[in-house]
Amino acid sequence: MKYQTQKIAYAYFLVAMILFAVQVSIGLVMGWIYVDGNFLSEILPFNIARMLHTNSLVVWLLLGFFGAAYYLVPEESEREIHSPKLAYLQLGILVLGTAGVVVTYLFNLFDGNFLLGNEGREFIEQPRWVKAGIVVAALIFLYNISMTVLKGKKTAITNILLLGLWLLSLLFLFSFYNPANLALDKQYWWYIVHLWVEATWELVMASILAFLMLKLTGVDREVIEKWLYVIVATALFSGILGTGHHYYWIGTPGYWQWIGSIFSTLEVIPFFGMMAFAFIMVWKGRRDHPNKAALLWSLGCATLAFFGAGVWGFLHTLHGVNFYTHGTQITAAHGHLAFFGAYVALNLAIISYALPVLKGRDPYNQVLNMASFWLMSGGMVFMTFTLTFAGTVQTHLQRVNGEYYMDVQDQLWIFYVMRFGSGVAVVIGAALFIYAMLASRKAEIIAPGKPASTPAE
Amino acid sequence: MSETATQETGSGLDALPGDLMMWVLIISELLVFGAGLLAFLGVRLTDPVGFMEAQAHLHRTGAGVNTVVLVTSGWLAALAVKAVERGNVLRTRFYLVAAALLGVAFLWIKGVEYAAKEAAGITFETHPFFTFYYLLTGFHAVHVVAGIVILGLVGWKATPRNVETGTAFWHMVDLVWVLLFPIMYLLG
Repeated sequence: MKYQTQKIAYAYFLVAMILFAVQVSIGLVMGWIYVDGNFLSEILPFNIARMLHTNSLVVWLLLGFFGAAYYLVPEESEREIHSPKLAYLQLGILVLGTAGVVVTYLFNLFDGNFLLGNEGREFIEQPRWVKAGIVVAALIFLYNISMTVLKGKKTAITNILLLGLWLLSLLFLFSFYNPANLALDKQYWWYIVHLWVEATWELVMASILAFLMLKLTGVDREVIEKWLYVIVATALFSGILGTGHHYYWIGTPGYWQWIGSIFSTLEVIPFFGMMAFAFIMVWKGRRDHPNKAALLWSLGCATLAFFGAGVWGFLHTLHGVNFYTHGTQITAAHGHLAFFGAYVALNLAIISYALPVLKGRDPYNQVLNMASFWLMSGGMVFMTFTLTFAGTVQTHLQRVNGEYYMDVQDQLWIFYVMRFGSGVAVVIGAALFIYAMLASRKAEIIAPGKPASTPAE
Repeated sequence: MSETATQETGSGLDALPGDLMMWVLIISELLVFGAGLLAFLGVRLTDPVGFMEAQAHLHRTGAGVNTVVLVTSGWLAALAVKAVERGNVLRTRFYLVAAALLGVAFLWIKGVEYAAKEAAGITFETHPFFTFYYLLTGFHAVHVVAGIVILGLVGWKATPRNVETGTAFWHMVDLVWVLLFPIMYLLG
C-alpha cells in the first residue's frame, strides 16, 4: 500500500461484504418461498424480502465502488485522499441509512409519512430521509474524490471513474421526482434504474477493470486507455437511447419500440468489448502477477457480464420478443446473471486484489478464493439456466396459451426447486469468499510453482 | 506519392485518418441506421401495398434535390481536407463554410417537406411507414445539425487531423442519406 488513506477502502469493503452476506441469505429465503409459497408469509412477505434482496445488492455494490475509488484514486493521482474523515463520515451516513431502510421495510412503522414512510416505488422505495442521506453521502464522496483528483495526476482511469460516479449520483436525483401520471413516473424511474446499470455503472466497471488489468497484466497504460475510451464510447452510445427498451409497454409513443430495440441490441458491444479487452490484455501481458484469484475474478467478471448482460439481455430486448416474455422468469434469469457477472464479480475482483495489499500481506487463501469463484459462478450460471427454462415454459403457457398465472407457477415448481439448489451453492460460495478474504493462513494450500520461463522466440 | 513517405506510416487502427473515436462513432451510427433500414424493409414485407400508398405521399423531387445538395457538400468537405493538407487554412475554412451552408440548405428543404406532411395531417402514428420515415429521416436530420456544428468547430481549429475527423463524420452523414433516399423514397 503506497498511500495511507487507501486504508479507507478496507472499511468500505468490510461493510460491503457483510451486506453481500445479508443479500444472498435473503435470496436463499426467497428461493425457498418460490418452492413453498407459504414459507414465512406472515413474518417476511415476499415483496418485503424482495425489497431487501435488491436494495442490499445495490447498496453493497455501491459501497464496493466507493471502496474501489478510495483504493485506486490515490494510486492513480499519486496523492492521499483529500479528507479521510469525510470518507468515514460518508460511510457512517450510508450505514445509518441502510439500517433505517431495513427497519422501515421490515416493520413498516411510518406508513404514509412524507419523510419517514416507505415510498413504495420498486428499487427506490427508500423513505425520503434516507434518500436525502444518500445524496449527502454522495456529495461528500464526490467532493472528496474530485478534490483528490483535481490536485493530483489525472489519468483516463480516474477521469472515466469520476464521470461515471458523478453521473450516477446526479441521476439519483430523479428518485425525488414522483409524477402522479404512472407512465411519466415509470419514464423517469428508468432514468435511475436503467441509466445506472446500463450506462453509468458501465463506466465505473470499465475503469475498475482497466485498473485491474493495468496492475495484473502490466500492459502499457496507453494501450489500456485506448480500449477504455472505445468501451466507454460504445456503452454511452448504445446505453442512453437503449433506455427505450423499457418504454415498450408503459404508455410511451410507439416509436420507442424501434429506438429501444435497435439501440439496446448494440448494448452487447461494450460488454463484448470488455471481455475481449480483459482476455487480450492477459495474453499480451508480460507480468506474472502472484494474485491469481483477482485475475480469475476479473476474467470471470468480463465473461459473465458479456453473457448475463449482453447475451441474456439481447434474448428479450427486441420488442417483438419482449411482447411475450416481459416480466417472466426470463427477466429474472437475465437480472441474476447480469448483476452477478457485471457488478458482483467486479467488486469481488477488486476486493480480491486490494484486500491483501490493504492488510499488508501476500495474497493467500487463493485456492479457497478460486474455489469460491467456481462455486458461486457455477451456481449462478445453473440458476440462470433453470430460470431461463422456467421462463420459456412460462411464456408459452401463460402468454401464448393464456393459462392463469398461478396455474403456470405450479407447473414451474421443479425449476424453482433446482434454482433453490443453485442458490445454496451461491451462498456457500459467498461464505467461502468472505472467509478466504478475512481469515489468515500461514501458507498457501497449494504452494505456487515457479513461473514457466518463456522459450526464446 | 512522395509526400506519404515523409508521413508516419501507421498500421492497423493507426492508419485511419482522423481520431479513432470518430471511427467508433461512425461504425456505431452505420449499425443504427443499417438496423433501422433493415427493420423498415422487414415491416414493409408485412404490408407492401400500405407502404406503397404511404410512400406516394413523399416529395421525391425535393429529396432528389437534397441528395444533390448533400453530395455536393461532401465534395466541398473533401476539398477542405486537400486544402488543409497543403497548409492553406483560409481556403480550408472557405470550403468548410460552403459545405456547412449546403447542410443548412438541406435542412431547409427537409423542413419544407416536414411542414407539408404536418399540413396534410401525417404524423408518427399515421402508418408504420411514417413511423420509420420520421424516425430515420429525423435522426438523420439531427446528424446534419451535429455535422454543421462539427464542421464549424474543425474550421475554427483547422489542423489536418481535426479537419479529417470532422469531414469523416460529414461523409458518414452523406452516406446515410444516400442509403436512406432510395430505400425510403424510391423503392417501388
